[in-house]
Amino acid sequence: MLGGFDFDVIWRSLPYLFFEGMRFTVMLTALATAGGVVLGTLIALMRLSGLPLLPQIAALYANLMRSLPFVLVIFWFYFLIPYIGQWITGASRPIAVGAFASALITFTLFEAAYFSEIMRAGIQSIPRGQVAAGYALGLTYWQVMGYIVLPQAFRNMLPVLLTQTIILFQDTSLVYVISITDFLGAASKVAQRDGRLVEMYLFAALVYFVISFAASQVVKRLQSNTAIVAGH
Amino acid sequence: MIEIKHVSKAYGTMPVLKDCSTNVAKGEVVVVCGPSGSGKSTLIKCVNGLEPFQAGDIVLDGTSLSAKDTNLPKLRARVGMVFQHFELFPHLRVIDNLCLAQQKVLDRTRADAEARAMKLLDRVGLTAHAQKYPGQLSGGQQQRVAIARALAMNPIVMLFDEPTSALDPEMVNEVLDVMVELAREGMTMMVVTHEMGFARKVADRVIFMDKGEIVEDATKADFFDKPRSERAQLFLSKILHN
Repeated sequence: MLGGFDFDVIWRSLPYLFFEGMRFTVMLTALATAGGVVLGTLIALMRLSGLPLLPQIAALYANLMRSLPFVLVIFWFYFLIPYIGQWITGASRPIAVGAFASALITFTLFEAAYFSEIMRAGIQSIPRGQVAAGYALGLTYWQVMGYIVLPQAFRNMLPVLLTQTIILFQDTSLVYVISITDFLGAASKVAQRDGRLVEMYLFAALVYFVISFAASQVVKRLQSNTAIVAGH
Repeated sequence: MIEIKHVSKAYGTMPVLKDCSTNVAKGEVVVVCGPSGSGKSTLIKCVNGLEPFQAGDIVLDGTSLSAKDTNLPKLRARVGMVFQHFELFPHLRVIDNLCLAQQKVLDRTRADAEARAMKLLDRVGLTAHAQKYPGQLSGGQQQRVAIARALAMNPIVMLFDEPTSALDPEMVNEVLDVMVELAREGMTMMVVTHEMGFARKVADRVIFMDKGEIVEDATKADFFDKPRSERAQLFLSKILHN
């Protein structure tokens, strides 16, 4: 069966697949993770703040985002962001937002909902006495969060945050709906052009598997390491 | 130094503090005791505003806790607090536990903060452990670090919330020794504890609480020799015969 395989097509398209496709995939994953963790942490803090209204707004956001199909959200933002931009800046016509910026904003906002749930669990895992001790020393709310609670919460949640990042890495392939070429998109283009669907899709699957599997092994090792550090 | 005036507090409809009033003068050591659930820990946490209260007021060195314009973090920085479960920051080295608030709250330089930290660690006999993480220390050592951390802020008063009740028995004395020394140097202290030996040694006054009320507020001699209330007598007979 493998007799009819053309492995050369993979070899020939490697530079394109990795320097164009994978570069975009990795960049979007990294930036959306960074933005999503920061925004998600703020949403988690809002949700746990105990102030009027803020927790409800944060909960609504997290629940809404997590109840919609991601493809729908990507589409929706792609067509909506120019108008939102117009509304915010007061420009006379919709703001031109490139496909990459649109994808980055969408992924960041969407992932923030998931990261906020992870960080909320992380913050709640820190004993209340730690917060009390911080306040007793005269630290302010933001100092207590920044120096005491969040570093510990982040460390406790690192394996879960990385697992979410691996899922995000795979989900970036959904950008095909707004015609951006990520790694899978690049493989798909070559496949169509050269009529080598089986080879290219098998290769793409293999690459996703190797990267995701290797990353999840790293997470596993981290998990057993943090388990030792934890404890009070 | 500390004036507690008619403080009341309730969780929903369940009262935890009922019209509590007392004073702690400068240099005085006051021990607060009573059965569990009597509100003694809640009362001491009210003193530095960690627990809100619904009625009454607490005045710390002339500053009212319930006044709207009171800067709580600033006030708390002058009140040292030691917790039952130590509450050292596990992700920071011992030295950084002592330096964090000095640098962030009092704006001391790192060198200054570190010098003061080392002096205090020396005082509690733990200079050798400055670079370790709290998890590498025993309970007694951790509590001594916690006392040093509180002292690093140059507090005008120290609050202790059952500082020895989470410790193994053989470690209780190393912590009490530090506290006795502190009391003898003239530190103003409010101590929630069951350690009646400590109370006998250094307390000026003993407050006995039960069911959210201050039942007895007497000098040490009066409290131990002729407790007025039946509840205090019962409590003393139980605790001293065990």
